[in-house]
Amino acid sequence: MFDFSPFFDNFDEIMQGFWATLRLAAAAAVLSLIIGTALASFRVAPVPVLRAFGTGYVNIVRNTPLTLVLLMCSLGLNDILALKFSDTSSTTYYWWAVLGLSAYTGAFVCETLRSGINTVPLGQAEAARSIGLTFTQSLRVIILPQAFRAIIAPLGSVFIAMIKNTTVAAAASYAEVALVTKTIVDKPTFANGVIPLFLGVAIGFLILTLPTGYFFGWLAKRMAVAR
Amino acid sequence: MTDSESGPDLTKNGPEDSAPEPATAGDRPLVVVEHVNKHFGELHVLKDINLTVDSGEVVVVIGPSGGGKSTLCRSINRLEPIDDGTILVDGKELPKEGKDLAKLRADVGMVFQSFNLFAHKTILDNITLGPVKVRKAGRQDSQKHAMELLDRVGIANQANKYPAQLSGGQQQRAAIARSLAMKPKVMLFDEPTSALDPEMVNEVLDVMTGLAREGMTMIVVTHEMGFARRAAQKVVFMADGQIVEENTPDEFFTNARTERAKDFLSKILTH
Ligand SMILES: Nc1ncnc2c1ncn2[C@@H]1O[C@H](COP(=O)(O)OP(=O)(O)O)[C@@H](O)[C@H]1O
Ligand SMILES: [Mg+2]
Repeated sequence: MFDFSPFFDNFDEIMQGFWATLRLAAAAAVLSLIIGTALASFRVAPVPVLRAFGTGYVNIVRNTPLTLVLLMCSLGLNDILALKFSDTSSTTYYWWAVLGLSAYTGAFVCETLRSGINTVPLGQAEAARSIGLTFTQSLRVIILPQAFRAIIAPLGSVFIAMIKNTTVAAAASYAEVALVTKTIVDKPTFANGVIPLFLGVAIGFLILTLPTGYFFGWLAKRMAVAR
Repeated sequence: MTDSESGPDLTKNGPEDSAPEPATAGDRPLVVVEHVNKHFGELHVLKDINLTVDSGEVVVVIGPSGGGKSTLCRSINRLEPIDDGTILVDGKELPKEGKDLAKLRADVGMVFQSFNLFAHKTILDNITLGPVKVRKAGRQDSQKHAMELLDRVGIANQANKYPAQLSGGQQQRAAIARSLAMKPKVMLFDEPTSALDPEMVNEVLDVMTGLAREGMTMIVVTHEMGFARRAAQKVVFMADGQIVEENTPDEFFTNARTERAKDFLSKILTH
């Protein structure tokens, strides 16, 4: 029962799976940050069309199951509509997984960032406007930097959830670690030892997520704005 | 503490040529407020306001809380939009929004009751931000000018600290330096000393008095009578959204014309 040999017998495959997970998570972190920042900027913009777009996007995407978003990307857009990033299937599925996961996580980044914007005192924006900064300038130079510093810790939680959500990409044909694990278990030669295998993979996830949490906690303290 | 005669002339010294011409004393009207009305929902906060401030003039706005003093101040650089009437700054009507409005605001300095220094930037960066981002001045020139301004307001040694590390009086002086760095044509002060501990009030008023002497055009909401008498040419008494009385400081404080003003003065004088 607590013989971990099934984990170590398939170590290379599992590591490849984790590498795929890591590549997906890292790209999605960057892209979701960009998408989330753009959405949050839309939601506070003085232009009604942009605000409506931001609100609509967040409400739709946040309330759709991630599996559905990813299947939409892989089956719908890639397979049926043949919108492919590349002719190599692993590459095109990777980018669709990145895009789907980022589009989804971006909605959460947006809402977190918006709560951060609300912590910035109104006087900061007024002072920015009164020295002649335009809306975009004051958002970029004054409001967002302070908002980001206020949300570093909650942003860590969003990213931890995102790292775990990478496993859903299995549904979208992307061979990350959950799909690799399932393939191993499904092999006819695999006799028993499912639980040790799963425990090994779970510990692998902890190795990814725990430092993420600690890092963001440390960063939050370091970057806090004194008022 | 600060000696206005020996410090660099704030209204003239500067690194860049693109800045607007500094205001020179004279009776050219610089800010003209005509028939301005403003509502907050049902509340009529500005009732047909008319006010002219000449170049180089210092006007003190005084009156009971809730009378509309802040709203008037804020409408002059359009932090509050007005319902009707016109506001001219240096002969130009306030643009509605966008780049033109930002440009106008750069020429109208504003000093807030709560300082509003940018909390995530050092004092020096607070002051160079506007010149660099708005006036497109060079970083080095801006820093040099910023240090001159900080020296002028007496806090050059605080340049690399963050706002939260400074006392209220120091923060407000830094905020004045931040406004000055834009070389504004006119400066608005909305109760600049009301949030300060009493012992810090004078260090801020001294800086403001110095500016007034150097010919800066100023609109100052304050209850500091000493400052009004020392620095202002005109006192405007505002209550219930109206300008009730316009007078010289000496006349106003010793011999106000209106009952409303006399009543108000009797209250602030006995406290
Ligand atoms: N943003 C706002 N929304 C609604 N009412 C406001 C707002 N700002 C000010 N007021 C109201 O307008 C009136 C005038 O306010 P203000 O200009 O701040 O007066 P003062 O500066 O003379 O104390 C007050 O009754 C105040 O409650
Ligand atoms: Mg006020």
